Amino acid sequence: MKIQILGPGCAKCTKLMDTAAAAAKELGLDCEIEKISDLNQIMGFGVMMTPGLVVNGEVKSVGKVPSLEEMKKMLQ
Amino acid sequence: MSAMQSGCGCSCGGGDAGPKVIFSCSGCADVGELADQAARKLTRDGAGKMACLAGISGRVSGIVKSTEAAQSILAIDGCPLDCTRKTLEIAGFSKVNHLRLSDLGFEKGKTEVSAASIASVISKAMIYL
Repeated sequence: MKIQILGPGCAKCTKLMDTAAAAAKELGLDCEIEKISDLNQIMGFGVMMTPGLVVNGEVKSVGKVPSLEEMKKMLQ
Repeated sequence: MSAMQSGCGCSCGGGDAGPKVIFSCSGCADVGELADQAARKLTRDGAGKMACLAGISGRVSGIVKSTEAAQSILAIDGCPLDCTRKTLEIAGFSKVNHLRLSDLGFEKGKTEVSAASIASVISKAMIYL
């Protein structure tokens, strides 16, 4: 599984990354987490607001940090 | 062509309000062109962010999720076919502010796309943003 975190690296982006990592660990997922901070790359996903969460190429959330439980559902 | 006209609006350190997203029919008729040009100008002026209506039709996840997170959605249609509004509605976006250029007196086939007509549409669009 590939998880991509879209955002320039501010507090919410970091929290999103931590939440994704925690959810993946709880679910026992073998995944790669990539941080994307380049705005052109972020816009390439069609995302207009950060932070953004991409799972296996699909944007799952934009502009918010999902809770751990929400994140686990998004990763399953 | 990129999905948007301006840079990504980071909310990481600021408020949670999403962007004001603008869709236009961008149809092949003159009124479609006028809708498109007005949406682009609104984006350049910072009034909102134009997004690709085709991304909604194609269920492009980034565009759909960004639209879900929008503070408001403005649909600009050139004619009464209302392709923009209907496309958004089919995709599940029912809370949409709708501007139809034919209601403003712009007639299909008889509309000049000019700085003046674009400005006229923008002045109306600002009410809905």
